[in-house]
Amino acid sequence: MAEMERVDHDVLVIGAGGAGLRAAIAAAQEGVRVGLVTKSLLGKAHTVMAEGGIAAAMAHVDERDGWRVHFADTMRGGQYVNNWRMAELHAKEAPDRVRELEAWGALFDRTSDGRILQRNFGGHKFPRLAHVGDRTGLEMIRTLQDHGIHAGIDVHMEHTIVTLLTDGERVSGALAYDRERGRFKCFRARSIVLATGGIGRAFRITSNSWEYTGDGHALAYRAGAALQDMEFVQFHPTGMVWPPSVRGILVTEGVRGEGGVLRNSKGERFMFADIPENYRSQTADNEDEGWRYTQGDKTARRPPELLTRDHVARCILKEVREGRGSPHGGVFLDIAWIKARMPNSAEHIRKKLPSMYHQFKQLADIDITTTPMEVGPTTHYIMGGIRVDGDSQMATVPGLFAAGECAAGLHGANRLGGNSLSDLLVFGKRAGEYAARFARSNGAAKIADADIDSAVAAALEPFQRSGGESPYQIQHELQDSMQELVGIVRREEEMQRALTRIAELRPRAQDVHVSGNREYNPGWHTALDLNNLLTVSEAITRSAIERKESRGGHFRDDFPAKDAAFAGFNLVCRRGTDGAMKVERIAIPPLPDHLKAVIAEET
Amino acid sequence: MTQATFRVWRGERGSGSFSEYRTEITEGMVVLDAIHQIQAEQAGDLAVRWNCKAGKCGSCSAEVNGMPRLMCMTRMNQLDLSEPITVEPMRAFPHVRDLVTDVSWNFEVKKQIRKFTPRTPEAADGSWRMQQVDVDRVQEFRKCIECFLCQDVCHVLRDHNRHGEFIGPRFFVYAAALEMHPLDTANRLPALKNAHGLGYCNITKCCTRVCPEGITITDNAIIPLKERVVDEFYDPIVRLVRLFRGGKTTSPGTT
Ligand SMILES: Cc1cc2nc3c(=O)[nH]c(=O)nc-3n(C[C@H](O)[C@H](O)[C@H](O)COP(=O)(O)OP(=O)(O)OC[C@H]3O[C@@H](n4cnc5c(N)ncnc54)[C@H](O)[C@@H]3O)c2cc1C
Ligand code: SF4
Ligand code: SF4
Ligand code: FES
Repeated sequence: MAEMERVDHDVLVIGAGGAGLRAAIAAAQEGVRVGLVTKSLLGKAHTVMAEGGIAAAMAHVDERDGWRVHFADTMRGGQYVNNWRMAELHAKEAPDRVRELEAWGALFDRTSDGRILQRNFGGHKFPRLAHVGDRTGLEMIRTLQDHGIHAGIDVHMEHTIVTLLTDGERVSGALAYDRERGRFKCFRARSIVLATGGIGRAFRITSNSWEYTGDGHALAYRAGAALQDMEFVQFHPTGMVWPPSVRGILVTEGVRGEGGVLRNSKGERFMFADIPENYRSQTADNEDEGWRYTQGDKTARRPPELLTRDHVARCILKEVREGRGSPHGGVFLDIAWIKARMPNSAEHIRKKLPSMYHQFKQLADIDITTTPMEVGPTTHYIMGGIRVDGDSQMATVPGLFAAGECAAGLHGANRLGGNSLSDLLVFGKRAGEYAARFARSNGAAKIADADIDSAVAAALEPFQRSGGESPYQIQHELQDSMQELVGIVRREEEMQRALTRIAELRPRAQDVHVSGNREYNPGWHTALDLNNLLTVSEAITRSAIERKESRGGHFRDDFPAKDAAFAGFNLVCRRGTDGAMKVERIAIPPLPDHLKAVIAEET
Repeated sequence: MTQATFRVWRGERGSGSFSEYRTEITEGMVVLDAIHQIQAEQAGDLAVRWNCKAGKCGSCSAEVNGMPRLMCMTRMNQLDLSEPITVEPMRAFPHVRDLVTDVSWNFEVKKQIRKFTPRTPEAADGSWRMQQVDVDRVQEFRKCIECFLCQDVCHVLRDHNRHGEFIGPRFFVYAAALEMHPLDTANRLPALKNAHGLGYCNITKCCTRVCPEGITITDNAIIPLKERVVDEFYDPIVRLVRLFRGGKTTSPGTT
């Protein structure tokens, strides 16, 4: 067998974003030996980029809030295909998880009576997002990181996991290479937590970094786990559109929360023209009321700019397609207008939205305190992921757990802003605890040398070939296909074309060639990530074809309405015995009466 | 269509040389875009570290025309394209490959600083009450994205290699955030004076000038820490600063 370093842990956590760090801390607190692996350096994971806040019904700003309202909001946002058990646990436990961050050193913005301040966000009935200006993710990841380094966790930075190893049904470890030297390392573990984040790099326009190649999704799928709800991808309505090199970079919803409005090229607030029926009673019908809402007037209803993301994204797309877009193919997001409503508005904007101010000033030469921004939809988040048990976060493979963006269930068909960061904390902690318990109650599992050898050989193949294409070329073609054919507005025949494209790209991806050596070689890394991107792209496309209705983040031009016949199940992708991907429908268990009552009362 | 010439440091573990690449520059491009373009079109194995491409993660630190910068926040239109643009790895850390350096020392240093130790919660719900004015100052320090550009530029590390006895500006900011945290109760002053080498800093302010987050490292973090130390011990440089400031002995950090 190939010579390599071997490391033994009870629990191996893959991913050091909010979910992975929280899981590792929880597992370490249970007294087991914990290893934490991350593709990048500690503190750089995607979580660092989150801006707006963490949703938790602490009721500091509006005493009418509570877990029941948060639960109902999450279910309505998810169009009722959520895992209701997760939505319940999340709403109940998020406040404690946020307070815990404060106990570990986080410093959130404050209310006038000295408590954690909460802000408005789309789809949340009351001000609910604990935040630090618009750099909440940084505060969260740094707090977890700084707490975690004293928790006795072994951290393996800049290591990429390429394969999960199994012993019969159960997971037994994972194979990684270190990015710096290109050496392989074999991790043995009794249980594994996947916390690898999302898949945004499957699309051309995205707010996500290179890390988001769906590794955890694909690793789990290949190990036999089920992927659920993969058709539900969130396109955030406001990404930067100009200049081209920053296309896709996120413009936080916080801009709209602070009073920013959307206008088309004719200067119209087009969002007032299309308010969905089920949100009408909660939405302002005039500009003044909308403004008062953003300034904390409890009698006012929210402006239509703060409707759910899928809806706002489609409205923007419509304006652009019908010729009322901005010069570079977006619409205008205007926060500068608030100078009409408040003195020293420029200072206020810089204080409330410092990194947005900075981002536009530095990257687009635009001063947002005086000039409207140009924005358009960007691929942002995947609601779908590894199917897990609501309480324990265990996947359909024994000993394999998943938490955070790579897990499915909490958000259903659409995620509300702020519900991801709280998801990471609540279910990161649970996954870590249950993984530790699993590790304690199950003996060590075996790793077959032959499995390691074949995984190593597969990973090194791109160097052995000669003449194949560059991995970047194939990655770009895949991103273009997904963007064009499986994007915000979907159609059967386009998605079939996407499947054909994916099938054509697979053999080409198996044949890519990379030059250079194994030390910090991005070409090689891209070659290996490609297989993961292809797997998640196929899962997204197959599920999207199968869901012949429109719901949440999934919109079908050929089936534009929601269809009750599709409300009762989730779509699940699994690898068949012949190696081909199978899509099945799995019925959603009926809502228990006590939760039904909550929804009836709070919606 | 504008073209630019880049001189990019290529090589491994200290040995290497500049390679020249010409690439097309379009509107709005940043240095990191150009590096990626070179990677995709001409040098598939060119090593560069990055994540967010939005100035939020602090991964893409390098020296552009000799200046420590985030590549993702350095616009091409801020540079003189008539001359070749040099892009080199940070020089204060061991070289790995091309533009990537080994910054792991920083992560080790952080572990040596005493962790956050809050006072007992006072509120009935088990939490604390803090006013915005009390957290403002510390929030400035907590903006740090750990790009380590300040570490790169500080002569104590860069030229004098005092990595074993001096934690560097980033970790003075970190220590200041803990020391001035409204809830923290631990005392890090003896360690700052001795093991962490606060006295080596002679307030050149180079760190403050390169910080992409605009943290006033020297004035708001280091000098107040030095003043706190001097209240317990003695530091000749603070003595001088105080004289220079005309006898002003307090700063926001000491009140
Ligand atoms: C710009 C932006 C703003 C956002 N704002 C908000 C917000 O305000 N509120 C909110 O709730 N949500 C927000 N989100 C969403 C939220 O930030 C993410 O969903 C969340 O941070 C994901 O966290 P995670 O822990 O699941 O994964 P991440 O933080 O992405 O971490 C993934 C980790 O897995 C590692 N990894 C991946 N693959 C491998 C592999 N093969 N081997 C080893 N390690 C691997 C990575 O290196 C990384 O450490 C935002 C997202 C973006 C992009
Ligand atoms: S001010 Fe001090 S820490 Fe900053 S660069 Fe100068 S010597 Fe280094
Ligand atoms: S203090 Fe500034 S320069 Fe130093 S690491 Fe932090 S962000 Fe970078
Ligand atoms: S890539 Fe994140 S700061 Fe440049």
